[in-house]
Amino acid sequence: MATAHSRAAARLTMSPAVILLLCWMLIPLVMTLYFSFLRYNLLMPGTEEFIGTLNYQYFLTDPAFFAALGNTLALVGGVLVLTIAGGIGLALLLDQPFWGQGIVRLLVIAPFFVMPTVSALVWKNMLMNPVNGLFAAIAKGLGLQPFDFLAEAPLSSIILIVTWQWLPFATLILLTALQSLDSERLEAAEMDGAGAVDRFIHIILPHLARAMTVVTLIQTIFLLSVFAEILVTTNGGPGTATTNITYLVYAQSLLQFDVGGGSAGGIVAVVLANIVAVFLMRMIGRNLDI
Amino acid sequence: MARAATNRKKLVVTLVAWTIGIVIFFPILWTALTSFKTEAEAVATPPTFLAFHWTLENYTEVQQRSDYFLHFWNSVVISVGSTLLGLLVAVPAAWSMAFVPGKRTRDVLMWMLSTKMLPPVGVLIPIYLLFRDFGLLDSRIGLVIVLTLINLPIIVWMLFTYFREIPGEILEASRMDGAGLRDEILFVLLPMAVPGIASTLLLNIILAWNEAFWTLNLSASQSAPLTAFIASYSSPEGLFYAKLSAASTMAVAPILVLGWFSQKQLVRGLTFGAVK
Repeated sequence: MATAHSRAAARLTMSPAVILLLCWMLIPLVMTLYFSFLRYNLLMPGTEEFIGTLNYQYFLTDPAFFAALGNTLALVGGVLVLTIAGGIGLALLLDQPFWGQGIVRLLVIAPFFVMPTVSALVWKNMLMNPVNGLFAAIAKGLGLQPFDFLAEAPLSSIILIVTWQWLPFATLILLTALQSLDSERLEAAEMDGAGAVDRFIHIILPHLARAMTVVTLIQTIFLLSVFAEILVTTNGGPGTATTNITYLVYAQSLLQFDVGGGSAGGIVAVVLANIVAVFLMRMIGRNLDI
Repeated sequence: MARAATNRKKLVVTLVAWTIGIVIFFPILWTALTSFKTEAEAVATPPTFLAFHWTLENYTEVQQRSDYFLHFWNSVVISVGSTLLGLLVAVPAAWSMAFVPGKRTRDVLMWMLSTKMLPPVGVLIPIYLLFRDFGLLDSRIGLVIVLTLINLPIIVWMLFTYFREIPGEILEASRMDGAGLRDEILFVLLPMAVPGIASTLLLNIILAWNEAFWTLNLSASQSAPLTAFIASYSSPEGLFYAKLSAASTMAVAPILVLGWFSQKQLVRGLTFGAVK
């Protein structure tokens, strides 16, 4: 089958992709690691010097880091819970026969294709704005006081916006998994007198377990790096109320020009993401039959 | 009787599903409607739904004030360019993984995937400094390079899963007939893989079009694609909802249509075959 000739060809055809990705991953990552041990500020050129782990000490003891870590966990956790619970509900609903199934499906998945800056600005200005937003108009119509979402509950508001963006993804994947469920098993359980709740807990949920894990892991990777939504709505504020790790590193390096500190933060973010990535890779690897 | 009950249930499900679907879609619908209002009507209380004076002036004004089509064109060049460049590198790689798998193919695939999990802030500073030193900041070519690299793992993976469904014997037969490697890939493999390549192309254009970390950090006025251009609407307060809506509608509409066509490939492409 695979001759020496074709193996040589395989190495040749694979190498551009491998070399490019190796450069993309290795060179910048090594540079970040190197910068993280330097005193290096773009506003003070020529003062670079080796300072050991001082950047890490500063970054990891900065109160902003704990705030950012907490916000990151709240954002990732909140969005995960909402999208998976909502996604299961929507998948069960869309799996039923009804009129206009195809169209409703298109409506439900649409938010996934809206670019992050557009969805964040539309929610911030046109829906959540306390003076001119639609929610304020509805509140006034009902005789209630308009609520200033991004000032009173900034993190929850961002969780809501990001949930809106990711709910379609969770729904689509859970629906795909649900449709592979053998309907005869459900019918047999129904014949045996299992109620809807029993069928859900003992047949549907276990069947969806794998898809739920995949959704959790993939969304976590993306949610750890939420950036545009924060940049255009709150700039991480008020104070550090909506600063996540990604935004903190961005602010430290590109707004305060502290390359050393920002790099230390970048390495911390890489370590955190790797913890999730290991689990995801194991899941995908198990399913990969070569 | 049973039939009437089924129909009643179907009616209830229809009502519930449509209500939820419209609620989820509503922000997009509202944006599209607002783009046809005047600025005064866009913030009117109570808000008008359909009975307003429809106008196209926002669309023309967005173009006049800010050279909208430059940014639209930037988005097209960056997303299509990075996807085509990615395909050029990924097709040969996926060919070897699918048809000449070796002991380490699996490791290489998994390793490529792992690069996708690297958080962008981990490499933001070096990339920014390298771009500055090479004069690539705020250039389309710089963004094409970065987006090619961040989407390359997904392109390789998707192509690999599609190529694997093509029987290797056909490729071997062409080899027996004396076709070289280039001919084998260009004239035997690619024609058979057209549907798979098309969906890979589509999904990656969508991902690149909406990418909003690197495009925001590495572009300024000249190379800014729509993601970064729309972000510039975040600062000024005041009467600009209708124009924001017009700019947003034009930015979202083309990719939403593409996305609707590619919903099946989306699951496959983004879960790397872990959910079928």
